[in-house]
Amino acid sequence: MAELTYREAVAAGIAQEMARDPNVVFLGEDVAAAGGVFKATVGLLEQFGPRRVRDTPISEQAILGAAMGAAMTGLRPIAEIMFSDFLAVCWDIVANEIAKTRYMTAGQVTLPLVIRTANGGGSRFGAQHSQSVENWAMAVPGLKVVAPSNPADVKGLLAAAIRDDDPVVFFEHKSLYAVKGEVPDGEHIERLGTAKVLRDGRDVTVLALAAMVPKALAAAERLAAEHRIEATVIDVRSLVPLDTETILREVVKTGRVATVEENPRLCGWGAEIASIVAEECFWDLDAPIVRITTPHVPLPSADNLEDATVPTVERIVATLRQAID
Amino acid sequence: MSPRTKTKATSGRNDDIGEATRLGLWRQCLEVRHLEKRAYDLFLQNLIKGTSHLSLGQEAVAAGFGVAMRKDDWSFCTYRGHAHTLVRGASMTGVLGELMGRECGLLGGKGGSMHLTSVEHGAMGSYAIIGAHLPIAIGAAWSAQYRGTDQVAVCFFGDGTTNIGAFHEALNMATVWTLPVVFVCENNLYMEYTPIGEVTAVEHPAADRAGAYGLPGIIVDGNDPDAVFRAAREALAKARAGEGPSLIEAKTYRHSGHSRADPGKYRPDEEVKAWLARDPIPMYRKRLLDFGVKEAVLDAIDAETRAAVDAATEAAKASPEPALAVIERDVWADGGASWRN
Repeated sequence: MAELTYREAVAAGIAQEMARDPNVVFLGEDVAAAGGVFKATVGLLEQFGPRRVRDTPISEQAILGAAMGAAMTGLRPIAEIMFSDFLAVCWDIVANEIAKTRYMTAGQVTLPLVIRTANGGGSRFGAQHSQSVENWAMAVPGLKVVAPSNPADVKGLLAAAIRDDDPVVFFEHKSLYAVKGEVPDGEHIERLGTAKVLRDGRDVTVLALAAMVPKALAAAERLAAEHRIEATVIDVRSLVPLDTETILREVVKTGRVATVEENPRLCGWGAEIASIVAEECFWDLDAPIVRITTPHVPLPSADNLEDATVPTVERIVATLRQAID
Repeated sequence: MSPRTKTKATSGRNDDIGEATRLGLWRQCLEVRHLEKRAYDLFLQNLIKGTSHLSLGQEAVAAGFGVAMRKDDWSFCTYRGHAHTLVRGASMTGVLGELMGRECGLLGGKGGSMHLTSVEHGAMGSYAIIGAHLPIAIGAAWSAQYRGTDQVAVCFFGDGTTNIGAFHEALNMATVWTLPVVFVCENNLYMEYTPIGEVTAVEHPAADRAGAYGLPGIIVDGNDPDAVFRAAREALAKARAGEGPSLIEAKTYRHSGHSRADPGKYRPDEEVKAWLARDPIPMYRKRLLDFGVKEAVLDAIDAETRAAVDAATEAAKASPEPALAVIERDVWADGGASWRN
């Protein structure tokens, strides 16, 4: 086991796959010579050269269009969109082209590509560089959607995304880039579409994603220590495919479920899970489903405002206490 | 404005192209003409639903490139893409069947008129969002460059596309990366219902922009199969030699409206009349006769293509509707549509 930061795990995952498959190429703005604005791709240019690791102009449609054209003709491109907010300027390529072409052509076209992007708040960047937009991607048939919460999953899930024959939108959380964690030595690959139970409890099942996972875990520890409430915490990890098997199994065990979502309220990923739970295990529930989300507002930038907008450990603790009492 | 080269690819004697190639051009023009007319008839019979954008009048562009391209080159086109798909070798039955929503369609009925694709023929798709496929074409060109093949990606689009961002993003990156791609603007003078000149800062929407990307502005007569063929041959050779992209503006005119719903009434009668007098098919027939090709040879090809369209029509009509099971097929590479376990 080596200790890597979340950002180092990004580079490690890409390097692992580029080393084993010459068809893997990587492009994006400032990804090569500069090593990425979040320094998540440092060293790749030196290791794999400018043929495979390419800086692009600020042209998001060209970046993702090029990735798509390369993927449909035999390469396995990884494209970086620097901030997930910028997906809005190339959403046509994502939602209309990449997501639909396999279906519309009755399977003639295969698109093994990964869109990596820095998602989420906590950096005081304001509303156009801080959004959690994983639910945008989740809403479009034809995209797989992954959002890891720790360095080991970054490497393992990124490797799995690169090897997958379908397009994967890979949301890295920018407030986690500096977080350290153990990453298995040697080749490491996880399975897409699998949630992970991180903590076992009898009272409530808490579902979280990306930066909300460490917060949910901290809240669970506090609930146990201070209020004798024991929470199961699940890292959802993958929104599409969604591991409903694990989620429903754990929800049935505790009879209570809460989601912790960084996205704004309406149509957040938790709403879809809540509807599945309500449809499929309503009679196993002891209490209404709880969703803890960012309110339905753009994200403000000042320290205190941003901190109070995104779900906090305190809010998770308070909401769950109220729900369980 | 920076200096630019305008190559007027005029038609010369029957020397650099040759009769066999010219007969190929003739055949492809006719295949497109007869198929598009049939598509229109089938609309009137309500056997084709939805919308459709015909290439009647613009056949020479598709044919010129269709003949000049190598089998393993890739083409990308727009929702006005029946012609470009057909000239790569896709079957008429597959094209008409797709338009009619039948099982025999190129896409099994899942794409329709605006998305014709035949990967086995290098027809890499018809894209219905203006501009989207220019960046996608550069990706294919990048893949050819990366893998060291000498394949070329050819990307067809209309004049309206030159005013959308993706056009400029793709042109710039193609030049910076010296990619083997040929951009072909079919300027039919109208972006949907609006004259392109009324909404564009320059006279020649593609050629006048070429200089901004370090490329010569090339204008060809898009109603002349020979002129298009020559420009295509030159641009393909340049791309294959590793010398980067080309941007060609082909001046042409659609005989019908923008789409099924559009009778094209906004076009002045005189203009329509003048362009109908330049219909590529009778013009090319006359040239071939002038060059000494026997009338019987031309007529035989005409008859063959008509018969092929008739046979394809009957085959498509006889094909069943797609099975409902395909609705949840082919979202994913495993063939399925499952989003949960």
